[in-house]
Amino acid sequence: MAGKRKPKIAVWKFASCDGCQLSLLDCEDELLAIAGAVEIAYFPEATRTRLKGPYDLSLVEGSITTPEDAARIHHIRRSSKALVTIGACATSGGIQALRNFSDVKDFISIVYAEPAYIDTLTQSTPIGEHVAVDFELRGCPINKAQLVEVITAFLAGRRPKTPAHSICMECKRRGTVCVMVAGATPCLGPVTHAGCGALCPAYGRGCYGCFGPMEVPNTEAMSGAWKALGASEGEVMRVFRNFNAWSAPFRTESEAHEKEE
Amino acid sequence: MGQGMEQRLTIEASGLDGLFAVLEERGFTVVGPTVREGAIVYDRLASPADLPRGITDEQDGGVYRLKKRDDDALFGYVVGPQSWKRFLDPPVKRLWRAERDGSDFRIVPEEVPREAFAFLGVRSCEIHAMEIQDRVYIDGEFKDPGYEARRRSALIIAVQCTVAGGTCFCVSMNTGPKSESGFDLALIEVVDTERHVFVIEAGSPRGREILEALETRPSEASELAEAENRIADAAARMGRTFDAEGVHDLLTQNLEHPRWAEVAGRCLSCANCTMVCPTCFCSTVEDVTDVSGDHAERWQKQDSCFTMDFSQLHGGIVRSSTRSRYRQWLTHKLATWIDQFGVSGCTGCGRCITWCPVAIDLTEEVAAIRANPPDAVEPHRRGKP
Repeated sequence: MAGKRKPKIAVWKFASCDGCQLSLLDCEDELLAIAGAVEIAYFPEATRTRLKGPYDLSLVEGSITTPEDAARIHHIRRSSKALVTIGACATSGGIQALRNFSDVKDFISIVYAEPAYIDTLTQSTPIGEHVAVDFELRGCPINKAQLVEVITAFLAGRRPKTPAHSICMECKRRGTVCVMVAGATPCLGPVTHAGCGALCPAYGRGCYGCFGPMEVPNTEAMSGAWKALGASEGEVMRVFRNFNAWSAPFRTESEAHEKEE
Repeated sequence: MGQGMEQRLTIEASGLDGLFAVLEERGFTVVGPTVREGAIVYDRLASPADLPRGITDEQDGGVYRLKKRDDDALFGYVVGPQSWKRFLDPPVKRLWRAERDGSDFRIVPEEVPREAFAFLGVRSCEIHAMEIQDRVYIDGEFKDPGYEARRRSALIIAVQCTVAGGTCFCVSMNTGPKSESGFDLALIEVVDTERHVFVIEAGSPRGREILEALETRPSEASELAEAENRIADAAARMGRTFDAEGVHDLLTQNLEHPRWAEVAGRCLSCANCTMVCPTCFCSTVEDVTDVSGDHAERWQKQDSCFTMDFSQLHGGIVRSSTRSRYRQWLTHKLATWIDQFGVSGCTGCGRCITWCPVAIDLTEEVAAIRANPPDAVEPHRRGKP
């Protein structure tokens, strides 16, 4: 705890859908406790108050996709004691990192009437490629209980507990029957980072990797298992090319199947 | 049982309602097999109607499917993804709470569980698994009071296996298919076109007392013969075999065998094998605090030697490769478990084979190491620590 002064928290947005910062407002039971324990210094989604830095904790949502944002993140880093990225965009480039596998100019000419007005980078990249990041919280979107854990850990001066093992352990602990073994449903759970509480398999469908690669993902063996269940090279490529497409393990695996297709 | 063999008794399948009533009268929560999410899982049962009537399970490496049987057998399957350890040692549990008390804090202990389970449909391999876990949780220096309370109060109603699964190898591990001890009651299901009955015997005073409260009749000779035939048939139809001879030395003398690296190439390190294993007992402990910092809780969660955190010691991770983690799991399960607890950690239930998403089969892995002994391995790869 930071003595008498409440820690100042800022929430920043880059290229993203806002879903992760909304998770903070969605904390309901814990929101008042958090609001009481910290000073919300900058959070345009929630309050008009805009206090100047430095900030004790900056939560950063979104990826870097424009030259302005590439400069802005450095200002935020300089005014933040701790910088935590929240969500797949900030941590791995997000769904918009699909542009990294193509030529973004082609998209611009198709989508915009006046392409000349668009100034964008050729790639969508995670915050960690631009500045030092103190902690990365996974998920698309993040799990609000994990967000509370990260903020609580920060306030207590300890490491957050967000285990990096597979989704499978969450399935087994909650008693969900394996959809892959019992249902022949392709599932990314064995290579995906825990954190969602194994939500999708609990409703009978396979994991599609919202939380990105787990600590030691054997994506090649995973692809083999998918193909054994009838997935095509293209399907395997696309399942790794999702919200966390630009994370190194998923990117390498999707590229391997792009060549094969 | 030898000379003291009791007269064998029979109950009609319809008499299971009476068994449920007797168990409830005595305060037991009945837990047993039921169909959920495409599998036979263990859960609280309200009546025999919850049992998997006419359903069986087909199993192979990485494959589990429910199929209809051509009869109304209630226990005509083998084992599912769960084991009784889920109830004896819940996968996630709070150990204690702490409350801030001025400048000090106060510990609030968890109450020892009072719910008494009647486990209905326990297989021989599963009784062995419980006895293996007893050595960990009760017989060792540090007892787990929650496990001990649940285990001591639990009533074990065994069902003798009359079918064998595609990944079963209890015969190789000398743990089945027939339960000889460790149960309060044991049932053998005999079902054909003319009858649907259970041959029933008591294995403890508690079981005998319950048996006396049931509506039974002396077993007919043909029922007994058919019951024994079916168990013998299951024993003859094991889906897997495992050569347990000298496996301790085989594994501990082959720690650098190239097979470990080969299996690591296939292994997902997802931990499913350890999560479904009825004897794996590892757990991790997490302390959680709330935002105010006034309340803290200590939680215990089922863990696995396949995670990186598991071998995180001061200075780093001891087993950072999948090769080292798979080797650790298998050598502990089949070899060093014997040094530690006096028995093998494997009961031959086959769960780790069935529920591995990439069908890694420990019987195959050990056979591959046995087929290619140390002498056949490049000399420079041998004997490294």
